[in-house]
Amino acid sequence: MSGHLHKHSHDHGHGHHDHDDHGAHGSVKEYVIGFVLSVILTAIPFWLVMGNVFEDTKVTGLVIMAFAAVQVVVHMVYFLHMNFRSEGGWTMLALIFTVIILVIVLAGSLWVMYHMNHNMMPGMGSGAGHQMHDM
Amino acid sequence: MSEITATSPGAVSAAASSRYYVREHHPENGTRLGFWMYLMSDCLIFACLFATYAVLGRNYAGGPSGAELFDLKLIAINTGFLLLSSITYGFAMLESQRKRVGATMLWLGVTGLFGLAFLGLELYEFAHLIHVGAGPQSSAFMSAFFALVGTHGLHVFFGVIWLVTLLFQLKKHGLIPENRRRLECLSMFWHFLDVIWIGVFTFVYLMGVLP
Repeated sequence: MSGHLHKHSHDHGHGHHDHDDHGAHGSVKEYVIGFVLSVILTAIPFWLVMGNVFEDTKVTGLVIMAFAAVQVVVHMVYFLHMNFRSEGGWTMLALIFTVIILVIVLAGSLWVMYHMNHNMMPGMGSGAGHQMHDM
Repeated sequence: MSEITATSPGAVSAAASSRYYVREHHPENGTRLGFWMYLMSDCLIFACLFATYAVLGRNYAGGPSGAELFDLKLIAINTGFLLLSSITYGFAMLESQRKRVGATMLWLGVTGLFGLAFLGLELYEFAHLIHVGAGPQSSAFMSAFFALVGTHGLHVFFGVIWLVTLLFQLKKHGLIPENRRRLECLSMFWHFLDVIWIGVFTFVYLMGVLP
């Protein structure tokens, strides 16, 4: 890691601390790898959608979501320099906590609202139900 | 970990001096972690907006759908601008580590220009949508769309303001520790916005044009 280059500016020997977060801003190589990976991971989903590669749009949706997830990880690693060491692991802990909340919020909202739409529909009559759905 | 034990109330008596010591020597760490906390809370704002869009994104109220409105070529170009701005910011960070003020400012300026190009295209898209009658008031889909994409655009806008401010501070004071800390925070902010944009172009634009 480039952290070793910055030892001189930060050697208050705490011993147990691996203080490379000051210098943890990667190298040209790291940024270029991240950039190339994200260009590829961006181009493929756009190509899949614009070129109508898959017959089934559900497959397309799942595949581009998978690409997005991978690209988020690539950005986190190569651009935001996330790891388990910086700040003694607290940034990673905050990130994991946020991701858990995020999953609960997104999955919960979709689940609840889908079932609400589903359950409201028959009782509302076709006209009212349609209006409700389109609101 | 020792920061936490040293600053927790339970350990005050034993660690009063070490708490002082910690604060003296690691102010940047506090800022970095604090700024990361801010970004995570910002992430939750976006999560709520994404959830809103996910729920309302197909309710067109008889109006146009995403497939009819979105111009994916434009979005691809915009995504390219944001990706390029991410790597140019990375180069600015690398130059700042080599203590080269001029090169740092140059790369920062390039980053800002990409940011402005992104904003320009996005405003063009918004103006076009409103022009064809698909403004925020036209349907729940458009409301959720403008709320989500607009919030991201506002973040980029404030990022550009921050970046210009930082250019002036760099010009005046050079790469002093304070300015390097600000550079680091803006770096996190800028890359974070790029991460949010991955979600936006995937969920809103690409999945929006799928039937």
